[in-house]
Amino acid sequence: MVKLLTGNALLRGDVLWWDGKGWSLSIADAVALEPEEGAAILQREAVSERVSDLALIDAENVDGRLRPVKIRERIRGFGPTVRPDLAVAGQEWR
Amino acid sequence: MYQYDTIDQALVDARVAEYRDQLERRLSGALDEDHFKPLRLKNGLYLQLHAYMLRVAIPYGTLSGRQLRMLGHIARRYDRGYGHFTTRQNIQYNWIRLEESADLLADLATVEMHAIQTSGNCIRNISSDQYAGAAADEVEDPRPWAELLRQWSSFHPEFSYLPRKFKIAVIASETDRAAMRLHDIGLQLVRQDGAIGFRVHVGGGMGRTPIIGPLIREFLPAQDFLSYCEAILRVYNRYGRRDNIYKARIKILVHDLGAAEFARQVAEEHAHVKTLGLDAPEAEIARIRDFFAPPPFEVGLPDVVDQADPDFALWVDRQTAAHKAPGYRIVNISLKPVGKIPGDASADQMDVIAGLAERFSFDEIRVTHAQNLVLPHVKAADLKAVWEALDAAGLADANLDLATDIIACPGMDYCTLANARSIPVAQRLADVLAPREAELGELKIKVSGCINGCGHHHAGHIGILGVDRKGHENYQLLLGGSGAEDTSLAQILGPGFDEAGIVAAVEKVTAAYLGVRTEGERFLDTYRRLGAAPFKAAVYGETVRG
Repeated sequence: MVKLLTGNALLRGDVLWWDGKGWSLSIADAVALEPEEGAAILQREAVSERVSDLALIDAENVDGRLRPVKIRERIRGFGPTVRPDLAVAGQEWR
Repeated sequence: MYQYDTIDQALVDARVAEYRDQLERRLSGALDEDHFKPLRLKNGLYLQLHAYMLRVAIPYGTLSGRQLRMLGHIARRYDRGYGHFTTRQNIQYNWIRLEESADLLADLATVEMHAIQTSGNCIRNISSDQYAGAAADEVEDPRPWAELLRQWSSFHPEFSYLPRKFKIAVIASETDRAAMRLHDIGLQLVRQDGAIGFRVHVGGGMGRTPIIGPLIREFLPAQDFLSYCEAILRVYNRYGRRDNIYKARIKILVHDLGAAEFARQVAEEHAHVKTLGLDAPEAEIARIRDFFAPPPFEVGLPDVVDQADPDFALWVDRQTAAHKAPGYRIVNISLKPVGKIPGDASADQMDVIAGLAERFSFDEIRVTHAQNLVLPHVKAADLKAVWEALDAAGLADANLDLATDIIACPGMDYCTLANARSIPVAQRLADVLAPREAELGELKIKVSGCINGCGHHHAGHIGILGVDRKGHENYQLLLGGSGAEDTSLAQILGPGFDEAGIVAAVEKVTAAYLGVRTEGERFLDTYRRLGAAPFKAAVYGETVRG
């Protein structure tokens, strides 16, 4: 199963996704990582201490888009489902 | 209301300065996250699902207009324009920026507020009756005693690293509006032979192992108040399970020892503690009491309210309660408009309520554990003006203790601990039950998104617990709980449901209730009279037995 690398920005707490070169606020930019590759990036990023709660999470390809397997992570990528006005634009959580 | 003295203010200001330094070191890289995290948590700052969340303590749920305005300012300046009032009479903000958190705490400190001890294994914010000082049925105002506990427990060095968090409630009426027996310590102020004292319950709680706190002391003389609480905490601190987080709350210790043996150990410890001079001198108790002296109620006021407007009449009937002073009423402000998020209030709404408190309620607001607000002292003659202002702000729903007055924790929409979403379930239930809520009468529905039970599902007439079932949200249905003076623990009815299924199941339960109740019988009393069988049959048909 492929992985996504995620965490929260130190300064503002925003949910971040690894886009292959750096961190993005949108899960749409997240890139699929093989577990070993993801673990190496996580270890490297952890050193800077600028992103908190770094984690490699399971993801699947659904209808051509990468989606976290767990509902919790999907909601992290979207925002509160009960406040779509505060959600990340253009995302779908289900 | 209590007002900080120079020592209170100096403590809070020093804490802000200390935190500012810690934050600057974290931002500069001098402190790593492993070392900073426990420091920010000690100031109420969690990292949640989407952002940092700040939990602000509201001592015994009492606020002034100035303080509520500040909470509105925080929502507007540091968050996204709203806050969430919680079942512990606190407020949480969901979108705080770490880089601004010290400025935020400094703003809070200007109105004698903080976020200290809203996290960690310490004594948390003391909770109390939202009608304190106003209730027609109270022995006396319990808040001076809650304030005494606040001062005693704040930065208490011996109790900063307890086996687990610790929650205390103080009430002073036979009617329990604070779920007193579901706290680690529940104190009920009573009068006996002309003297005041306390009935002491210890070891109650919800969460993974719900237990109703047994009575360990029938009458604790007021002069032993602090030393006896100290003795309880000392026994717990010494013998509470630190080896297993799931067995670390005091309720497990009391349960395992038995209430009688626990009480014996506390009495033994108290005999020692009493010699240490910990109890507050009479003069200090009198000083604190003075802060809670009744406001200058006018006399000779009419109790009659012109209820020609039916909407206003309904609101008066449902949202106001008897006051100890003739001509005054207690006003409950619903934070449960159908379709909205239980407990949420916008910054603008907070400003409106603060203004109403200043103008009509001797500058006092209360937060309830059911996630509503209260104006405790409103003249009957002013009710119409208050209602009109609330209505204009979208705050005039008349649903207190009815089916749409649903408690819901933040659930998986915000919380990292949750296994399922709570708020959407509450919203759907409110939608479908609203048309029948008058017919259903008192019905307390409480929804939690995980076993920790912040939504008080075990105390719900109808409780709902969200769980993870093979990667999907699943909801267990519980019936028969109460957090009131008739405290009971709700029991699981049967197999769980998905989101649509739980709403349909609750509809079936309510329909069954309407079919079998006697005249005027509450849902809870029907359940107690008939047991689970008719509801189980209604929900599961013949497929589930036992």
